Amino acid sequence: MRLGTVTGKVWASAKDAQLNGFRLAILQPVDEQGTSLGSQLVAVDTIGTREGDLVAWVTGAEATFVGPGKQIPSDVTIVSLIDRLDHTTSP
Amino acid sequence: MILGRVVAQVVSSIKHETYQKRTVLVVRPVSPEGAPRKGAIVAVDTVGAREGDMVLVASEGRAAMEILGYSHRIPIRSVIVGIVDRITRSSEGTAS
Repeated sequence: MRLGTVTGKVWASAKDAQLNGFRLAILQPVDEQGTSLGSQLVAVDTIGTREGDLVAWVTGAEATFVGPGKQIPSDVTIVSLIDRLDHTTSP
Repeated sequence: MILGRVVAQVVSSIKHETYQKRTVLVVRPVSPEGAPRKGAIVAVDTVGAREGDMVLVASEGRAAMEILGYSHRIPIRSVIVGIVDRITRSSEGTAS
């Protein structure tokens, strides 16, 4: 899984039926210091994020496994809304 | 698997159910010599790793599923599967 910042939303009325009910977010991959890593992506948002939120996201086949017996046609899926990163020692 | 160093712990209240009650850490990939590489990995801890530890991270979904004890596939890909005590290198070995 990776870290990312939500930078926007995508509205798509016509989409695969299995994606109905899921929001789509624009995602900027970042490192733990917030530095941008690579290009922005469109992610399926399973938890309801807002712009500016730090999130964890997953790629590959695991992006499709949102529930027992439930798969969605996604290659990038947001799985965790991060409240904060704890450092016990300064980075 | 890759080598990495634990740099932070993730605190998250809203997350997919398969992440509930798990320790989730941020790992910075490192070379065998410990030099930081680009990127940051979010990984579920299974071995009690702490910040500063050099760790082994497996990023493969079926491995994660089996290690975490699921009989169905889950949206977890990266799992910390070991804490590195030391690395020995042959003299002719080249650092990757």
